[in-house]
Amino acid sequence: MTISLKVNGAMRSVPAEPDTPLLYVLRNDLGFNGAKFGCGLGQCGACTVLIDGQPTRSCMVPLAEIGESEVVTIEGLGSVEKPHPLQQAFIAEQAAQCGYCINGMIMTAKAILDAKPHPSEEEVREGLALNLCRCGTHNRIVRAVLRAAETAGRS
Amino acid sequence: MNAPMMSRRDFTAGLGGLVVAFSFDPKLALAQQPTLPGSLQTNRMLDAWIRIDADGSATVSTGKVELGQGILTALAQIAAEELDLPLGRVHMISGDTGRTPNEGVTSGSQSIEYSGTALRLAGAEVRAILIDAAAKKLGVAADTLKVSEGTISGADGRKVTYGELAAALDLKREATGKVPPKPAASHMIVGTSVPRLDIPNKVTGGPAYVQDMRPAGMLHARVVRPPRPGSRLESVDEAAAKGLPGVVAVVRDGSFLGVIAEREEQAIKARAELAKSAKWTLGPPLPDSAKIYDHLLSLPTEDTVVSEKQPAALAGAPPANSAAPKMLEATYRKPYIAHGSIGPSCALAELKDGKMTVWTHSQGVFPNRGNLAVALGMKPDDVRCIHAEGSGCYGHNGADDVALDAALLARGAPGRPVRLQWMRDDEFGWEPYGPAMVMKAKGAVSDGRIVDWNYEVWSNTHSMRPEPGGVNLLAAWYLADPKKPAPPKGIPQPAGGGDRNAVPLYDFPRQRVVNRLIKEMPLRVSALRTLGAYGNVFAVESFMDELALAAGADPVAFRLAHMTDPRARAVIEAVARKADWKQDQKGGEGRGRGIGFAKYKNLATYVAVVVDVEVDRASGNVRVPHAYAAVDSGLVINPDGLVNQIEGGIIQSTSWTLKEELRFNPEGILSHDWLSYPILTMTEVPKIEIELINRPTERSLGAGEASQGPTVAAIANAFAHATSKRLRDLPLGRTRVKAALG
Repeated sequence: MTISLKVNGAMRSVPAEPDTPLLYVLRNDLGFNGAKFGCGLGQCGACTVLIDGQPTRSCMVPLAEIGESEVVTIEGLGSVEKPHPLQQAFIAEQAAQCGYCINGMIMTAKAILDAKPHPSEEEVREGLALNLCRCGTHNRIVRAVLRAAETAGRS
Repeated sequence: MNAPMMSRRDFTAGLGGLVVAFSFDPKLALAQQPTLPGSLQTNRMLDAWIRIDADGSATVSTGKVELGQGILTALAQIAAEELDLPLGRVHMISGDTGRTPNEGVTSGSQSIEYSGTALRLAGAEVRAILIDAAAKKLGVAADTLKVSEGTISGADGRKVTYGELAAALDLKREATGKVPPKPAASHMIVGTSVPRLDIPNKVTGGPAYVQDMRPAGMLHARVVRPPRPGSRLESVDEAAAKGLPGVVAVVRDGSFLGVIAEREEQAIKARAELAKSAKWTLGPPLPDSAKIYDHLLSLPTEDTVVSEKQPAALAGAPPANSAAPKMLEATYRKPYIAHGSIGPSCALAELKDGKMTVWTHSQGVFPNRGNLAVALGMKPDDVRCIHAEGSGCYGHNGADDVALDAALLARGAPGRPVRLQWMRDDEFGWEPYGPAMVMKAKGAVSDGRIVDWNYEVWSNTHSMRPEPGGVNLLAAWYLADPKKPAPPKGIPQPAGGGDRNAVPLYDFPRQRVVNRLIKEMPLRVSALRTLGAYGNVFAVESFMDELALAAGADPVAFRLAHMTDPRARAVIEAVARKADWKQDQKGGEGRGRGIGFAKYKNLATYVAVVVDVEVDRASGNVRVPHAYAAVDSGLVINPDGLVNQIEGGIIQSTSWTLKEELRFNPEGILSHDWLSYPILTMTEVPKIEIELINRPTERSLGAGEASQGPTVAAIANAFAHATSKRLRDLPLGRTRVKAALG
């Protein structure tokens, strides 16, 4: 069947069953690479997107539950040419090794900063505690989020 | 591990120190070719490495691949530097059996040393050839010409660009390796923290991974694995799966089982359906993880004395006029550890016109191609492997296996690309693990010095990667016509496998180090970052502290007293300074600090680490709030990239050390997700301060695996300092810590 959903501000229709996890639709039907398959269990955070502003594990959300909600992926934040302050800060801090977890880090950080524009370092760490990174890039990620908060404060 | 392996009888353990081993390729010897540095030795033509394009840019090929370590950026820096091109005009091609040099496996922290050296010399030579061509064209002497950003200028102001010379340029010639590369003092790009070329795409959702490939007509696949290794598939209801929406084919070959569907979620549902109906004759039970070390020690071993030092003057008795030596003995244990990549392994394969193309995040596309060809019954020339990045691998994870799985499945839908994504439980259940190890140390101190050192290490092999001696790919063992894995073997010293870093860099008057290679593998194992070095540095450096305590000496002073290598001394002294190490610092009450040191492989980067730990007696929780490191990698190519690798190694090692242990019982592997295999999280990672000691006149040394060993040792030593209890079993998890502290 066909299901419509709003992603990054645009209405999209996809030929998928209602129980299809959002992640596969984003990646395979809509061509968004950002959200990653990591565990399919909601444990690692690599697939995080924003649904109505809330960081959500897209591997665990069936299409049927999206309804009128707005989905924002990392592609909706910015691009290589016009990066979002968070993306810019991750580049400036070189906050990636393999980079596979970074989508989830940035999307979760977006929600952290939306809720509290100037979090403390501890608050950033707590906020990202359920996003796993295996390369050991954690401290750079925290620095990048704090840098983004600072940049946003100046603009 | 790029060099051809030597069998154990090809080398002899020398008296008095390290054994020197040479790689030996009979083909090269027969041809009487001169020895060339780095990977030029095995890929000798200039055009295999560098092409100058008509637009004046350079296409640079490397057999090494990006694993998230930033290697392509560093190699591009080296090539751009020698070619006098801006970085933006160097285009990298990597790991493609159809296009790039064969540099074996990207492993062992060797890419800068091997590929980097080749590119450095090839770059210098191509630049010289370009200058000669310009000199001819302009009718002037070559030494009157200057090069800047790909433009060659004469004293008279006339210019010629690389692009103008490209068409007539002949790089189909053997490298001489004789054109001197630039001296470090004139480096403009090398030695700077150039931003990684791959990061912008990775933070914006740009295509970056094999998982992101979606060629037209692509199908999705999943595999169905048995409950435990060695099981045989007796029956499965293929029709039920084929009846599900979107299913294109069920592929069964012996006990290999998989499914292809139009959509990914359809493949996942079909996988579950097949798993439900599959009937297996179970393979042999696994040992119990609670008794694994006794089990391993009960198995036969192939023993090699890898170092023996016993000058006659000291044999049999301690030095005259010294107090009777104090003897110590300790046994250390390290569990099986999973690579645990955040993204499970993935590959894309297509069978078209009798040719198989596989996009793979393998660390070694050439060796993998060889094994794939055997497993598929195809000619190597009909199989092409192209590297496409995956999630970080940290050694030999499921990357090679999923490539064969994908190729087997692609045969079920010829002409259409098939992308196979392993599920999380596929990865935890079937990746080759980093082997469990047992290390036994005996030592004697007298007058504050170590007078005797005896060390043995028991371990499986640490490398079962694809290689010509057998098919080291999971699915190959389950086919109707099954293929055999290569026999396990060690890696000779000085690099070593299970015995990597088993020979201490310290100067002891007497020492004996024995490697006991266990050939039977109760669990599937292969290379995990550092191979045996993590276990051996844990044991060697823990025992150093135990001996220091027995000698009443400060751990830093004790190490320096036994160390003559000036670069090793420099990193130990630097980290002590950075951490404000004090000789009389009090431990206890749950707080302590410790040091660990190693020169990785005794061949690569020097790292000393100091950590602070906090131990919560009530919960048994161990925290590492701070870590300090001093690092000597010789000439630093990219300082920030180096820091990133060292930091990552410290954090990953902290995770291994505090949390990680693969769990299994006779029924099978019990670690199948992040709840049953927890790793360090954002609130638990140490703050890290790193000091780089750049040595521009020394050659660059591999650093990707250099900090893990020193980190585990520093944590174990800090724990002992904090609690006055020595833990010799990893990990330092809550249950073990609580039991130890009573």
